[in-house]
Amino acid sequence: MAKQGLGFEITELRLGLPGGGGGTEKNEKKRVFLEISEEGENEKSNGNGKSQVVGWPPVCSYRKKNSLGDKDGSKTSKFYVKVGMDGAPFLRKIDLALHKGYSDLATALEKLFGEALRDADRCEFVPIYEDKDGDWMLAGDVPWEMFIDSCKRLRIMKRADVKGFGVLQPGEAFKGALKE
Amino acid sequence: MNYFPDEVLEHVFDFITSHKDRNSVSLVCKSWYKIEKYSRQRVFIGNCYSISPERLIARFPGLKSLTLKGKPHFADFNLVPDDWGGFLYPWIKAMARSRIGLEELRLKRMVVSDESLELLSKSFPNFKSLVLVSCEGFTTDGLAAVAANCRLLRELDLQENEVEDHRGHWLSCFPENCTSLVLLNFACLKGEINLASLERLVARSPNLKSLRLNRAVPFDTLQRLLMRAPQLVDLGTGSYVHDPYSEAYNKLKAAIQSCNSIRSLSGFLEVAPRCMSAVYPVCENLTFLNLSYAAGLQSIELTKLIQYCRKLQRLWILDCIGDKGLGVVASTCKELQELRVFPSDPFDAGNAAVTEEGLVLVSAGCPKLNSLLYFCQQMTNAALITVAKNCTNFIRFRLCILDPIKPDPVTNQPLDEGFGAIVRSCKGLKRLSLSGLLTDQVFYYIGMHAKQLEMLSIAFAGDSDKGMLYVLNGCKKLRKLEIRDCPFGDAALLEDMGKYETMRSLWMSSCEVTLGACKTLAKKMPSLNVEIINESEQTEFNLEDRQKVDKMYLYRTVVGHRKDAPEFVWLL
Repeated sequence: MAKQGLGFEITELRLGLPGGGGGTEKNEKKRVFLEISEEGENEKSNGNGKSQVVGWPPVCSYRKKNSLGDKDGSKTSKFYVKVGMDGAPFLRKIDLALHKGYSDLATALEKLFGEALRDADRCEFVPIYEDKDGDWMLAGDVPWEMFIDSCKRLRIMKRADVKGFGVLQPGEAFKGALKE
Repeated sequence: MNYFPDEVLEHVFDFITSHKDRNSVSLVCKSWYKIEKYSRQRVFIGNCYSISPERLIARFPGLKSLTLKGKPHFADFNLVPDDWGGFLYPWIKAMARSRIGLEELRLKRMVVSDESLELLSKSFPNFKSLVLVSCEGFTTDGLAAVAANCRLLRELDLQENEVEDHRGHWLSCFPENCTSLVLLNFACLKGEINLASLERLVARSPNLKSLRLNRAVPFDTLQRLLMRAPQLVDLGTGSYVHDPYSEAYNKLKAAIQSCNSIRSLSGFLEVAPRCMSAVYPVCENLTFLNLSYAAGLQSIELTKLIQYCRKLQRLWILDCIGDKGLGVVASTCKELQELRVFPSDPFDAGNAAVTEEGLVLVSAGCPKLNSLLYFCQQMTNAALITVAKNCTNFIRFRLCILDPIKPDPVTNQPLDEGFGAIVRSCKGLKRLSLSGLLTDQVFYYIGMHAKQLEMLSIAFAGDSDKGMLYVLNGCKKLRKLEIRDCPFGDAALLEDMGKYETMRSLWMSSCEVTLGACKTLAKKMPSLNVEIINESEQTEFNLEDRQKVDKMYLYRTVVGHRKDAPEFVWLL
């Protein structure tokens, strides 16, 4: 993704910037940055495919080693909640801390319950969660951070069971309800 | 000339504490030189190779407190190979031999061996304070020696060092009768420590004001430590993960509430966001908050916390706080002087969570802001111009746009005008780091307006030698200049060679400077050491004069070439 960004920049630069001659010099220098970063990417894949120039950005090496650990998820405080689905015989557990938002969560849930979702005769599902106060809430109303802060457990209900609560309009799909 | 006996003059000089002023005092006349020389206790050496230990001791035999800095700043970003230099041992050896009464040692970017720590611990009976910042080369065995032998130790401050951890017992080496600790910071250690020893140590240290724990210190130990040290002024938590519905958590809440002297808070190296509310009572009096290693906290927890921090003066935070979160900072922290926003994902330039908007909000809400380090996704000229209008007091302004050649995304222009506004408006600016797309024009502005500038960091900027020359000619107080990946070459380097004698150092890497020019400079200026760092296969004799050097580091010195340079460093 970063590489894409750089490519775009290069095109912009060639449209002609003010600030003195040596247009070719400038482009060469910018090209050098792109080359360095491409080289870096080819030589040492750092696991997430992002290009790296030595010493850029200027974050000191101690900080680089010690504040990214959490990002790997290897040392993050885990945040597992139970997830049940109507019709599925077993509950599952999911680590909310691993996901960045509702759509991410939707994908993960689909992976966990994929079969059950498909088998359930094309009926639609609604994600709900139990909050700190013990109330069952529709997932997707509040910002993600607020959601993971208050969510104690998740449940995937069949829309058919929800009718009569007047909560949803017909036609709202599982993914739609989870859109951020 | 002198109507006062020496003791009177000495007493007067005691009131003069700034290094610069004391240096001036020693130049007045011979007798003032002599009195100042013998009464000088504190010495600051910004480049350990500018002078030798022997000359230091001869010059200031009464030395008690020494600050030493080793590697150049860009070593922080892996631009300087290991073994480049900056060894502590020769200094300790010389001071031990001459029976210097060393009491304090502050080191930055030095290579500190266990041997040197052991020698230190045994050679200076009055040793009180050891501060190591960004150092390497030692293990917990060296720390054990310091703990065991420095009977009067008050401060052990380890900041962001690479320490090989041999696990465990160094803390137990503090003798039972050691009760003098005022500051203990071991947050950078990775290994397990003896928790019982730690608790006993804290319990018998009534003067302990500052305690920063490492990751291995769990939540419940923290609670017990706080019960024993309610007088703490500065606290760095270790691991901060627990079930917020537990008894242990309630105990911690109670313990924190009894600590009403805490003014500085850091750590949260591992954190359960739901436990942060225990800390809210402390927030109202905080002046320094460092959450830059608390990767487990999202924007919402950060802003919740910050809303209580009305007296905050310094804030170090990760960019996941977002522009909106910075808006909360702006409306809450009216006393804010220093802000540092670090990238939570340095390599993902497309996703940095803060932009120019956050900075503008803070500049509008925090008029006392004078020091900034800001990693962001993008910056505009308009934003910088606004910031310059809002905050004229900047002493340090370090901007890092994650894509270093990114223009103003709105206008597609370079950021020359924006930085120009900053240097024009902030007449007291001492330190500046540039990024983004920049032409020679920004250097024209810097040379014209940044008259107090002492340190300048440049990367991927400029068009020609003119850029560098504007800076060298205009910035009369420049002490440190570090440049990487810029099209500055021989003409700029050689135009005013005498200038480098007025500076501490110059770093140029991946620029257009040739070996021949470096040799010329070295030959004409014997008071400078010109070092070439060459990590390729080529030896000194294979590289031709007209070929570009990869890395050049030059610095003024009174002791000529250093004797400890490794093979890959050529001393011209």
